[in-house]
Amino acid sequence: MSKQQNTLMGWIDDRLPVTQTYEKHMSKYYAPKNFNFWYFFGVISMLMLVNQILTGIWLTMNFTPSAEAAFASVEYIMRDVEWGWLIRYMHSTGATFFFIAVYLHMMRALLYGSYQKPRELIWIFGMLIYLLLMAEAFMGYVLPWGQMSYWGAQVIISLFGAIPVIGEDLTTWIRGDFLISGATLNRFFALHVIALPLVIVALVVLHLLALHEVGSNNPDGVDIKKHKDENGKPLDGIPFHPYYTVHDMVGIVVFLMVFCTVMFFFPEGNGFMLEYPNFEPANGLKTPEHIAPVWYFGAFYTILRAVPDKLLGVIAMGAAIAILFVLPWLDKSPVRSWRYKGMFSKILLPVFGIVFLILTWLGTQPASGMFLGLFSNGTVAVVSTIFYFVFFLTMPIWTRMEKTKPVPERVTGGH
Amino acid sequence: MSQDGVNKSRRTLLVGATAAVGAVGAGFVAVPFVKSWNPSEKAKAAGAPAKVDVSKIEPGAMITAEWRGKPVYIARRTEETLAILPSLNSRLKDPENGNKAQQPAYADNVNRSRKADLIVVEGVCTHLGCAPKYFAEVKPEPFDAEWKGGFYCPCHGSRFDLSGRVFNGSPAADNLVVPPYSFDGDTLIIGVDEENA
Amino acid sequence: MKIGMTKLFGLLAACVPALAAAAGGSNIHLDEHKTDLHDKASLQRGAQTYMNYCMGCHSLEHSRYNRVAKDLDIPEKLMLENLVFSDQKIGELMTNAMRPEDGKTWFGATPPDLTLVARVRRPDWLYTYLRSFYEDPSRPWGVNNVVFKDVGMPHVLADLQGRQVKGTAQVAVAYDTLTGQEITEEKDGVLYIAEEGTLSAAEYDRLVFDLVNFLTYVAEPIAVERERLGWWVLLFLAIFFVPVYMLNKEFWRDVK
Repeated sequence: MSKQQNTLMGWIDDRLPVTQTYEKHMSKYYAPKNFNFWYFFGVISMLMLVNQILTGIWLTMNFTPSAEAAFASVEYIMRDVEWGWLIRYMHSTGATFFFIAVYLHMMRALLYGSYQKPRELIWIFGMLIYLLLMAEAFMGYVLPWGQMSYWGAQVIISLFGAIPVIGEDLTTWIRGDFLISGATLNRFFALHVIALPLVIVALVVLHLLALHEVGSNNPDGVDIKKHKDENGKPLDGIPFHPYYTVHDMVGIVVFLMVFCTVMFFFPEGNGFMLEYPNFEPANGLKTPEHIAPVWYFGAFYTILRAVPDKLLGVIAMGAAIAILFVLPWLDKSPVRSWRYKGMFSKILLPVFGIVFLILTWLGTQPASGMFLGLFSNGTVAVVSTIFYFVFFLTMPIWTRMEKTKPVPERVTGGH
Repeated sequence: MSQDGVNKSRRTLLVGATAAVGAVGAGFVAVPFVKSWNPSEKAKAAGAPAKVDVSKIEPGAMITAEWRGKPVYIARRTEETLAILPSLNSRLKDPENGNKAQQPAYADNVNRSRKADLIVVEGVCTHLGCAPKYFAEVKPEPFDAEWKGGFYCPCHGSRFDLSGRVFNGSPAADNLVVPPYSFDGDTLIIGVDEENA
Repeated sequence: MKIGMTKLFGLLAACVPALAAAAGGSNIHLDEHKTDLHDKASLQRGAQTYMNYCMGCHSLEHSRYNRVAKDLDIPEKLMLENLVFSDQKIGELMTNAMRPEDGKTWFGATPPDLTLVARVRRPDWLYTYLRSFYEDPSRPWGVNNVVFKDVGMPHVLADLQGRQVKGTAQVAVAYDTLTGQEITEEKDGVLYIAEEGTLSAAEYDRLVFDLVNFLTYVAEPIAVERERLGWWVLLFLAIFFVPVYMLNKEFWRDVK
C-alpha cells in the first residue's frame, strides 16, 4: 500500500494498484547482479518494438494500401512528406535491428539455459513472438509493392500449395485472388498494421509476466533465490530500478550509435535491408533474376531450398522452427549455463551459432553460387541443414552424457 | 549495498544531467513526427497559384476557375450594372465591407475588385458552402422582384450582388470571399498578391 | 574488322573495360562511377542532358521540378525556361506525354520511368550501359548493348558518342617499362569508335558521368542531407553517452 494516502498517488492507488505494480516489476524486482552484455537485448528488443509501432503508425498516415498506389505512396513519403524519409528509414532499419536484437536475445537463452525449468513458458511465449514477428516482417515487406515484395510473396505463399489435397484452395484463400494482387496487399496491410501488432504486444506482456513470476536467470545459471538475507531479499539480487534502468541506458545509447550509423549512412544495408529490385514497381510478368528474402529469414529459406522436394522442403522449414519450441525438453543437462557444461556443449553451441550465421548468409545468395570460393552453396547448405537438425535431435544424448563442472552457490562476476 | 550521503548530491546531479540531455534528445526525435503532419509538397503544389486568361470574357459573362480546390468566379460587369451597385447599399448586410476578413485591402471598395469591371470571388456561399448560381441580367427573378444582377444560392436562398455582397434576408451572414489575386497583363493570377496592380 | 594501331590507342583507353563484357550475362565487368552528389555543376549538366535526351520517353514521375531546382541551386525561373518543355508548373511531378501503349508499340517495351533506376541498377551499371552501345544491324534500332543484351532502347546519344562497333582490334594489355611502349594484343569482341561523334571520348564519358550523377541524385534526393544529419546525431549520442555512463558507474558503486 502507498504511504501517501492523502495525495493524488494515494487516491489512484486506492482505485488501481499503480505503486504496487511499479514496485513489483521495477523498484522491488530483484534481478541477479551479474548480468553481462548478452542481457541487453531484451530491453533493446522492446525499444525496437516501440520504434516499429511508432514509425509504423506514422507511415500509415501517408501510405496507400492499394496495388495501384502503394509504390508511388512510398516515394511520396520519401520525397513529399516532411521528414517522411527519416520515418521510413527508421522503420526499415528498425526491422533489421529488431531481428538482430531478437537473435542475440535468443542466443543468450541458449548460452545460459534460460529456457530450462522453471522458465519453459517464457521460452514458449518468446518463440511465439519470434514466429509472429517473422509473419509481421514478411507482410510488411510486401506493402511497398516492389518487385521483391511481389515475388517474395509469390514464392512464400505458393509454399502452402505443397500441402496435399487442400494446398491449392488454401493458397487461393490466403491470396484472396488467383494470383498475388491488390487483394493480398490490402489484407496484409490490415494484418500488419493492427492484427499482428496487438497479438505481439499481448505476448510480450505475457512473456514479461512469466519472467517476473520466476525471476531472471543469470550467466552462471545460479538460482539467486536460494540465498536470501534477513529481509527475504536475494543476496545476489539488486532492484531492477535504479540499477538496471541506468545500466540498460548505457547499452541503449551504444546500440543507438550503431543503429544510427547504419540508418544515416547505409540505409539500404548494401541490398540486405532494402533489396535493390524492390525499387522497381511490382510486375507480375517479369521475374527478378534472383529472388531472395530479407536477411533475417535466410536460415529457414536455406533449409527450405536444401531439400529438393517441395513438400518435404516446407516440412523441413517448419520443423526447423518447431524444434526450437521444444528446446527446454531437449536439453537434459543438470546445469543451466554454458560456463559449467561439458565439452560437447562447449564446442557445439558456438558451432551452432556459426552454422546459423552460415545458413542465414546462404539464404540471401543464389543457390548456384560458391561459398568462400571453395565449396558450392548447395553443398554447404545441405551440410549446415543436417548439422542444424542433428544438433537438436541428439541434444538429449550429449547433454546427459557430458561431464559438467560444479556450479557455484553464489554468482560470479557482476560489477 | 552501501548508499552514503556524500553520493546523493552527485547522483542528483548526474540524474539531472542525464535527464536534461535525454529530454533534448527526445525533443529532437519528436521533431520529424510532428513536422510530418505539415502540408506535403503535393498539398503545397495543389495550393499553387492558378493562372487564368481573362481577355476573352465578354461583358456580362462569367468563367469559373479553380484554386485550392475551390471554384473562383470571374465575371465582367457592364457599365450599367456597375453604376447600380452603390444604390443597393440599403438592402445589404455589409455594404461597406465591414468584415475585413472577406477581402484583401485592394478589394475593400464598392466594386470589391482591383479592376472595376472584373469581379473575382470564391464561388462558395458564406452560409454553408454551396456554389451560388450566376444571374447576370437585371430583371425580376422569382427569388427577388428587384433583382439587379448577382449570385443566387439555390441551397437556402442566399443572394449576393455583382460585387458578391450579401443581401438582407439571406441566411448567409457575410459577403463572398475575394481571394488574393493580381494581374500580369491579361493574365489573372489567383493566389498571388503582389502589389503591382 | 581490323583497325590501325595508332588510331585506336587514344580511343581504347575508355573501351578496354568493355573487353570482358564480350561474353554477356551477369558477370560483366562494370566501370566504376565515382558518384559525387556534392558536385552541383555536374548535377546541373546531368539534369540538362536528361531533359534534352531522355525525358521524351522516360518520365521521372516521382520527382518534382521545384525539388530538383532547389537541390541543384537552379532558380525556378531558369528551371522553367530551360528545363521544363511542357506547360507544367514548377511544383508538378516530372511526367512526360508518352502514352505507355505507344511506347510499347514503338520499342517493344514501355520505356520505364527512371526516377529510381539508379537504386535498382546502381550507378556503375548505368555508367557502363550508356557507354556500351554498339552497331548491330540485326536489331530494330540498329544497336545492341554489351551490358543489356538485346535491349529495346535506341542509342539516343549516338550523335554525341559516334558510331561504336564491336569487333577485333588491338588492345593494350601491358606496359613495357623499358621502352615506354604499350604492348598490344589482338582481341575479339572489343568495343571501339569507328566514326567519331560530336564529342571526344573523354567528353562523352564526362557527359555520361554527369547524367548518371544526376540519376543517382534523383533516385534519392535526400542522400546528402541524410548523411549531414547523421554526423550531428552521432555527435549528440557521443555527448549523451557521457552522463549516461557516469550515472551508471555512480549507481553501481553500491553493488558489492
